[in-house]
Amino acid sequence: MKKQKLTDEDYPTTGHVWDGIREYDKPMPRWWLITLYLTIIWGIGYTIAYPAWPLISGATPGLLGYSTRGEVAEEISAVNALNADIEAKLLATPMEDVAADPDLARFASAGGSAVFRTYCAQCHGSGAQGFKGYPNLQDDDWLWGGDLTALETTIRHGIRFETDDDTRYSEMPKFGEILEHEEIEHLTDYVLSLGSKDHDTISAEHGAALFAENCTDCHGENGEGDREQGAPKLADALWLFSSDREEVTKTITFSRFGVMPAWQGRISEAQIKQVTFYVHQLGGGE
Amino acid sequence: MSSSSTPPPRLFEAREPVFPQRVSGWFRRLKWWLMLFTLGIYYLTPWIRWDRGVSLPDQAVLVDLANARFFFFWIEIWPHEFYFIAGLLIMAGLGLFLFTAFLGRVWCGYACPQTVWTDLFILVERWVEGDRNARIRLLRSKWGSRKWRLRVTKWIIWLLISVATGGAWVFYFSDAPTLLADLATGRAAFVAYGTIAVMTLTTLVFGGFMREQICTYACPWPRIQAAMMDEHSLNVAYRNWRGEPRGKLGKAEGDCIDCLACVNVCPQGIDIRDGEQVECITCALCIDACDNMMEKIGKPRGLIDYCALSDEENERAGQPIISVWKHVLRLRNIIYFTLWALIGVVLVVMLYIRSDFSASLTPDRNPRFVTLSDGSIRNAYDLRLSNQTGASRSFHVSIKSEDPLRLELQGQSVLDVAVPADETIHQRVYLYAKPAYLAAGSESSPVRFWIEETSTNERSFVDTIFAGDTR
Repeated sequence: MKKQKLTDEDYPTTGHVWDGIREYDKPMPRWWLITLYLTIIWGIGYTIAYPAWPLISGATPGLLGYSTRGEVAEEISAVNALNADIEAKLLATPMEDVAADPDLARFASAGGSAVFRTYCAQCHGSGAQGFKGYPNLQDDDWLWGGDLTALETTIRHGIRFETDDDTRYSEMPKFGEILEHEEIEHLTDYVLSLGSKDHDTISAEHGAALFAENCTDCHGENGEGDREQGAPKLADALWLFSSDREEVTKTITFSRFGVMPAWQGRISEAQIKQVTFYVHQLGGGE
Repeated sequence: MSSSSTPPPRLFEAREPVFPQRVSGWFRRLKWWLMLFTLGIYYLTPWIRWDRGVSLPDQAVLVDLANARFFFFWIEIWPHEFYFIAGLLIMAGLGLFLFTAFLGRVWCGYACPQTVWTDLFILVERWVEGDRNARIRLLRSKWGSRKWRLRVTKWIIWLLISVATGGAWVFYFSDAPTLLADLATGRAAFVAYGTIAVMTLTTLVFGGFMREQICTYACPWPRIQAAMMDEHSLNVAYRNWRGEPRGKLGKAEGDCIDCLACVNVCPQGIDIRDGEQVECITCALCIDACDNMMEKIGKPRGLIDYCALSDEENERAGQPIISVWKHVLRLRNIIYFTLWALIGVVLVVMLYIRSDFSASLTPDRNPRFVTLSDGSIRNAYDLRLSNQTGASRSFHVSIKSEDPLRLELQGQSVLDVAVPADETIHQRVYLYAKPAYLAAGSESSPVRFWIEETSTNERSFVDTIFAGDTR
């Protein structure tokens, strides 16, 4: 039986006319139809195999037990497994020797950067630039020391963090309870003069005597500070709480009590070493 | 409109099997050579070796995705030089414009992988099952031992070609001999097997079973090309003013004796005498078939030929046939060619003047500057140095600026940086401005970093700024 071959005239048109051009309504190829059915079958199979249909709380779990969270957890453990060797090496290497090994240094600073952005950036800023009352970690001024050992101790035990027995601790007296208002004004002028800021010279001269009496035990004879006690250097260009006159007066009157949490036990040993290395190589490390 | 007497056509139609007949002639020979050439390039290229030294791969053409490198004989492209690839793609695009304006769908007919592999699959089909008539008989015959034997033989050969096709593809992305050994022993990565499986399946289905359906229904090119051709583009066409009215030999007024030779050889299953149509890939086999027949009956060749739409009017009016060169050398083609060649020349020049190291610099934005205890201002920069050679090299860093800023490299006492072979390193760099310097108190001051290769003294610079404290 021979099939009748259809000519163009046998086909209807879609009825669309544009500029005299009409569009045939010709049959689709059969394989195309089969492909369409296959995709529908695939789609049904997919919704059975994977989480798909929304329910009131949640969705159908799917036969394969797939979840994006599970996938992320797998990826994380795969990365951890890949890093296991170099992490063990980092733990076994003394902090001073990390920089000498380029691979280890790269691992420590990359990991430390991630730790810093997760746990430290809230107070110290994402660029470690600090804020008023929160030290800038890029500069060369350190309250408690800026070498690797000092940094590691600070990170492990925190500052004035009372639940940690080894925390760094010191407390400045509230001179508002000890000195007269006028005396505090004189001290303010003297402290400003140490940092080469605008001040009243005569008042500062009075302040010098008061400073020698009350402040030198911690801040040093010439305001050079004392890292053992976390007492800031006063004779430099950097001010943790700004160099405004009111702020300096406020500090002397009410004192300050900056607290940093201890990270030992909250982040892993390797993370402590990483973030120590990272902070040290930001430019201020000693 | 369909009337009650003629039933409306079905919504879906089965594929009409096509049985291209064997043909010989000038175009068929050209296509055999082109097939040999293109398939040869495809299958053999990954096996060419090229010595680049110990630390670089010795495969002549290699897309090294893991290390983000592209190797092509003596050329090595890094990701930041991707504009070379972009340039090649633009050239490929302009090349298609040029060839389409000049020769219509010449890409489809001669060089498209779909055409080349289909041609190869049809060749296998003919070897196993015989020529057109034998194949038609085989299709209509019952499924007996002979039909099974021939069909299974054909499918196995197709499958082997398909596996080789998918297999050759993955060799472009990894060291070919190593990968072949790994593939054979089951140690290769899953992605390699997966890619081979997908490529095998597509080659088998597209080349063996879909064939002209891909060109007609799946490929966008037949639709795009209409916008790129004009009445002077050369296309495979039937000189109906010479052939019509057709009829049996001796009775016809025209030259066409309706022998159907052109229809029988067509891999797309169309009749070229219906005029230009979207299904035609201009493979030119009908030209060979018709020329052979014209020779036999003693008529001039070229009843089916490469000709342009504009030829019809001329030739109907009795003018002589316009030479191919007149169709080639016209403004449109010359403009396309000039643009194409210009980009090519620019790329080649850039390839030869490019440096084999590169430096880039990003100033720290957060914070923009750091005040130090003596009041001086420090800026930090991330300096990236790429060593695009196979040997370790050392680079000296220096700066040029208004103020005598102090330069320091993080963790280094000298101003030299060693970069291992074929690597990019990051070096943190500091600039210090004393409080008295203008730069310390200005919003931004220009600084030029000079990077000098210590052995060749080849230099390159990066301009950046120094940010000061304006408070």
